[in-house]
Amino acid sequence: MMGNTGTEIMADDTKTAIRAFIIENFLFGDDNQPLPDDMSLIDNDLVDSTGILELVGYIEKEFGFKVEDREIVPANLDSIARILAYVDSKRAK
Amino acid sequence: MCGVAGYFGKGVAPAEAKALLARMTSKLSHRGPDDNGIHIDGEAGLAHRRLSIVGLSDGHQPMSDPSDNLVISYNGEIFNYVELRNELIARGRKFRTQSDTEVILHLYAEKGLDCLDDLNGDFAFALWDTQQRCMVLARDRMGVRPLFHTQRGDTLFFASEIKALLTVPGIEASLDPFALDQIFTLWTPLASRTAFQGISELPPGHLMIIKDGRIDQRAWWRQSYPDAGHVRPRPDAVEELRALLDDATRIRLRADVPVGSYLSGGLDSSLVSTLAARAQPERLSTFSLGFDSEEHDESKWQALMATALGVEHTTVRCTAGDISELFPSVIRHVERPILRTAPAPLAKLSALVHQNGIKAVLTGEGADELFAGYDIFREAKLRRFCGRQPDSQWRPLLFQRLYPYLPGLQRQSPEYLARFFGAGDDRIDDLLYSHRPRFRSTSAAKLFFSPELKRELGDYDATAELASMLPPDFSRWHPLHQAQYLETSFLLPGYILSAQGDRVMMANSLEGRFPFLDPRIIDFAAALPPDMKLHGLREKHILKQAAKGLVPDAIIERPKQPYRAPDSQAFAATPPGYLADALSTDAVARGGFFNAAAVEKLKNKVLHQETASFRDDTAFVGIVSTQLWLDTFSTKTE
Repeated sequence: MMGNTGTEIMADDTKTAIRAFIIENFLFGDDNQPLPDDMSLIDNDLVDSTGILELVGYIEKEFGFKVEDREIVPANLDSIARILAYVDSKRAK
Repeated sequence: MCGVAGYFGKGVAPAEAKALLARMTSKLSHRGPDDNGIHIDGEAGLAHRRLSIVGLSDGHQPMSDPSDNLVISYNGEIFNYVELRNELIARGRKFRTQSDTEVILHLYAEKGLDCLDDLNGDFAFALWDTQQRCMVLARDRMGVRPLFHTQRGDTLFFASEIKALLTVPGIEASLDPFALDQIFTLWTPLASRTAFQGISELPPGHLMIIKDGRIDQRAWWRQSYPDAGHVRPRPDAVEELRALLDDATRIRLRADVPVGSYLSGGLDSSLVSTLAARAQPERLSTFSLGFDSEEHDESKWQALMATALGVEHTTVRCTAGDISELFPSVIRHVERPILRTAPAPLAKLSALVHQNGIKAVLTGEGADELFAGYDIFREAKLRRFCGRQPDSQWRPLLFQRLYPYLPGLQRQSPEYLARFFGAGDDRIDDLLYSHRPRFRSTSAAKLFFSPELKRELGDYDATAELASMLPPDFSRWHPLHQAQYLETSFLLPGYILSAQGDRVMMANSLEGRFPFLDPRIIDFAAALPPDMKLHGLREKHILKQAAKGLVPDAIIERPKQPYRAPDSQAFAATPPGYLADALSTDAVARGGFFNAAAVEKLKNKVLHQETASFRDDTAFVGIVSTQLWLDTFSTKTE
């Protein structure tokens, strides 16, 4: 493939933004810490119950949709990859 | 209540001894503003600062027994001294004073170290046995009264507070990185370790004998519980508890000065105040702490209780500004980094009590540990309950009921709740099962440790060290008793009774007295069947039964509200002048313990955010207190 498609560029931007938010807010700028896309935010003590609400607030503001209470589950929010998939699925609706 | 200091060894020149002891006790004047004394005998030196409460006119210390064979410098109160004194007199002992101090001397003369078993009280003392040429240091069962020591060459120095030891030439102050890791995991250093490298604490329930150049330290008491299968039913337990509490409170009113009582608005202090008011209806004054923030304030309950008691009641309000202003002085008194601001309001409260001319107060400390009042006991039970049905969508919602005062939990899904509390993930046979979520969430603040500190700590695990200190029979106890042991043997002496107790009370020359920590009640509570303490999810079940008819039902049945104070919000509301310096990039980098760039971001985040997360709150207060500790104590030069 010679270049990225528009959708891939958007996904890359979204992932970059999510990663930047997590590094800034939960790692306090320390980008030396390993942060693979599939790393659990809870198991690695990056977020607690208040942190989840910070994350929800960020997603709502950054991506312009409401996160329903029933959607605040680890399956949607517990790693960069899961957040990205969740945001994409919400945008697709 | 008092301050003790001294040394034993050849390292102090006779010509310097008096000045050295005077210098040491000058740092303890807040513990004993009423009198002071020094005793020097060759290689042994004892010094004392006195807060006169019992035997006002004849309690001067250091005190000798009639034979002059024994000399003691002692901090504390022996509440059963009247009975012990009568027994000693009946056996022919002649007393020179009315003090409880002399009772210890006579009892030691008769029974040696076994005398400790007879003492119902809170104490830390140094006793010089001139015949055996040995120095004995001893500390009460639960660690109410502090005692620290360090060595220079072959000489041992000891004192009630570390700041007195720092006046000894050659004793330097530098922060122990492993103690910092323990605090940022367990909330407290593990005794004997203190925040100061090379300075140790005599652990609660321990004694130390120094003789012929050898030091022998050993436990003379430790908390224990019956094996899980051997807990006996107690049909008369409620009546028995009521009688024990009544007597424990009565003997803690013994003093030659008025004794007051704290009223937090909760069950424990309400019950103690009620029993005290019955024992001395005309003399009791009660004192309370109020907050401007609704989530922390319990004024409504305090007023209800004060009215019910009909006592003279005084309240002091503590603002966010008060907390941040008092914080540096609190760190100077507690002598270690802390993760919560909660000691600061208590320092303000003790100042109020002192201003009212009261030298001793009763409080409800110990009840939550002994009768399973803390949320962590219910939480552990719920985690086991959830772990048995990991797929349940309903069970994890019970965690929200456990913590109604934590808004962050209320919007969470069952899946998240189960994950936060490790329900189903933690191994049931883990000795620290009950406390794993707390240790995990506290440890998250170690994110801010500097790379240098992380390198120095290597793979050190404070929880593994804690587990290695558990007694051999621990694994045979009921899970509730295991959790109670962890609270009672570590957090209670290491934080509650020190940072929130002795140190912020004695900062204002005030002695705390804790009826629930009467050894008879400790033994009674340990032997109770677990479900008499935690009945379903009803905490302090037996205590509530015992309080019926004594304390208004509204107090007994009110939702439990743990004592908390505004943490990072206290600094955000009115940032104190010292904060910019303490957290400057230069100061943090110079200290070397934290990542300066990350701390800068944390500061900007918590000072501009309405609600900080548990991790951010913990980290912020821990870092501010560590930086203040370094400013106050560190003599280390880079």
